[in-house]
Amino acid sequence: MIASLITPLITPLPTHADPLPSGTGFLSEDLQARQADEAANPGMLWVDEGARLWQSPQGATGASCASCHGDATTSMRGIATRYPAVDATSGALLNLEDRINLCRTRHQKAEPYPYESDPLLGLTAYVARQSLGLPMDVETGGAAAPFYAAGEAFFHRRQGQLNLSCAQCHDDNAGRSLRGDTISHGLGNGYPAYRLEWQSLGSLQRRLRSCSFGVRAVQFDYGSPDYLALELYLAKRAQGVAIETPAIRR
Amino acid sequence: MLAALGSQNASGAELLPYTVRNDSVPAPLGGLSGDPRRGRDIVLDRRRGNCLICHSAPVAGEPFQGELGPPLAGVGSRLDAGQIRLRLIDQSRISPRTIMPPYYRIEGLRDVDPAYRDRPALDAQEIEDMVAYLRTLTD
Ligand code: HEC
Ligand code: HEC
Ligand code: HEC
Repeated sequence: MIASLITPLITPLPTHADPLPSGTGFLSEDLQARQADEAANPGMLWVDEGARLWQSPQGATGASCASCHGDATTSMRGIATRYPAVDATSGALLNLEDRINLCRTRHQKAEPYPYESDPLLGLTAYVARQSLGLPMDVETGGAAAPFYAAGEAFFHRRQGQLNLSCAQCHDDNAGRSLRGDTISHGLGNGYPAYRLEWQSLGSLQRRLRSCSFGVRAVQFDYGSPDYLALELYLAKRAQGVAIETPAIRR
Repeated sequence: MLAALGSQNASGAELLPYTVRNDSVPAPLGGLSGDPRRGRDIVLDRRRGNCLICHSAPVAGEPFQGELGPPLAGVGSRLDAGQIRLRLIDQSRISPRTIMPPYYRIEGLRDVDPAYRDRPALDAQEIEDMVAYLRTLTD
């Protein structure tokens, strides 16, 4: 029992024949039912707002997302499964939030939305919702390779005053209880997610900041290269796991 | 590196020197004597020890107890004060890959939140109080 807790610090990512289990499976049955029911899932309020914004003319061009992308249910289907991804034009790694903001600045000539603002959460959740049930499948080779390597290193290195790595909780101790919580595999397939503790929808990076805070480590800024690279690594860990946005979490 | 041997840290607080012998730090930090009642409070306090996030302890009225570390019940029979002290100071000296945080160490930590940088998670008196409390947990 104790021996099993003293696991190697660097656990190589196992070659999963099956995808890792989604965090949803660690919720109570009641919360799982609420997540699955569109009428009861509070995150759907943001998705509805995103649907409205999709049609709304913005910025100097007066174009809406729909002006270019048409019907999101077809044009955005499957897109979220591939994010974070490298933008061919700039070479930057973009998560879905950044990608949407890039369309605001590049194509709408509008200001980017701040991280965690309701419009950005709404549009992100709306775009991700179009991939509901589809398996995560990010690119980690080519231009993405250095970002992936940085994220992998981050996941496995001890950090903070409490000196714990992400892997020590989410690989080595997944399924065990940390006081009231059961530790999941730390996947991002449900984000943006509605967290009861927040009483709001929040991004994956907001969740990452909570984990950093928990070990008394630096909470990197929203959109920092550190968290972006980590998001890419988490997305690869979630290879094959179905998108569940907006998930409900405690 | 030398910090562990008693240099000043940024906040001006001192990390007291100590000597490790085998798997034990036999002498109390700074010669301080611990109070088991205060030690119990520190172990339970979520903003200080927060030990029950990982351990269970024989205390009533604590519904959510952790299961990542061994139960603390009986630890006072298994380990003497010096052995407990080293495990609280830095468990990784005994098991390098442990998940138990080092509570009285500042060197070799990475990306520490600025609010906690350059000081140990718990101070010498708190360590001694917890040692005194854990010694009372005999079978
Ligand atoms: C004026 C045209 C235009 C507007 C308006 C626009 N986009 Fe785009 N969008 C593009 C183009 C072109 C691309 C392909 C990448 C590039 O060249 O920037 C793209 C790419 C995307 C992608 C990535 C698709 C992929 O295959 O990876 C997403 C997601 C997206 N847009 C969402 C939005 C959202 C949400 C809005 C509204 C806030 C929006 N876009 C507004 C033209 C536009
Ligand atoms: C001390 C243990 C611990 C450490 C270290 C830790 N986490 Fe977590 N993490 C948790 C707990 C507890 C939760 C909430 C329950 C759950 O969903 O796993 C959580 C939740 C998450 C989630 C949300 C999962 C979901 O389905 O909603 C992600 C993603 C995550 N962690 C990633 C990370 C990353 C990346 C790191 C390192 C920067 C990290 N965690 C460090 C304990 C930890
Ligand atoms: C993140 C998890 C975690 C936290 C927090 C934690 N411990 Fe531990 N502790 C462990 C593990 C795991 C072990 C088993 C030994 C090992 O891994 O090296 C252990 C071992 C011990 C031991 C040795 C027990 C024995 O029988 O050998 C003592 C004593 C102890 N812990 C006390 C504490 C106290 C007091 C606190 C709070 C100030 C605390 N621990 C916080 C995980 C933790």
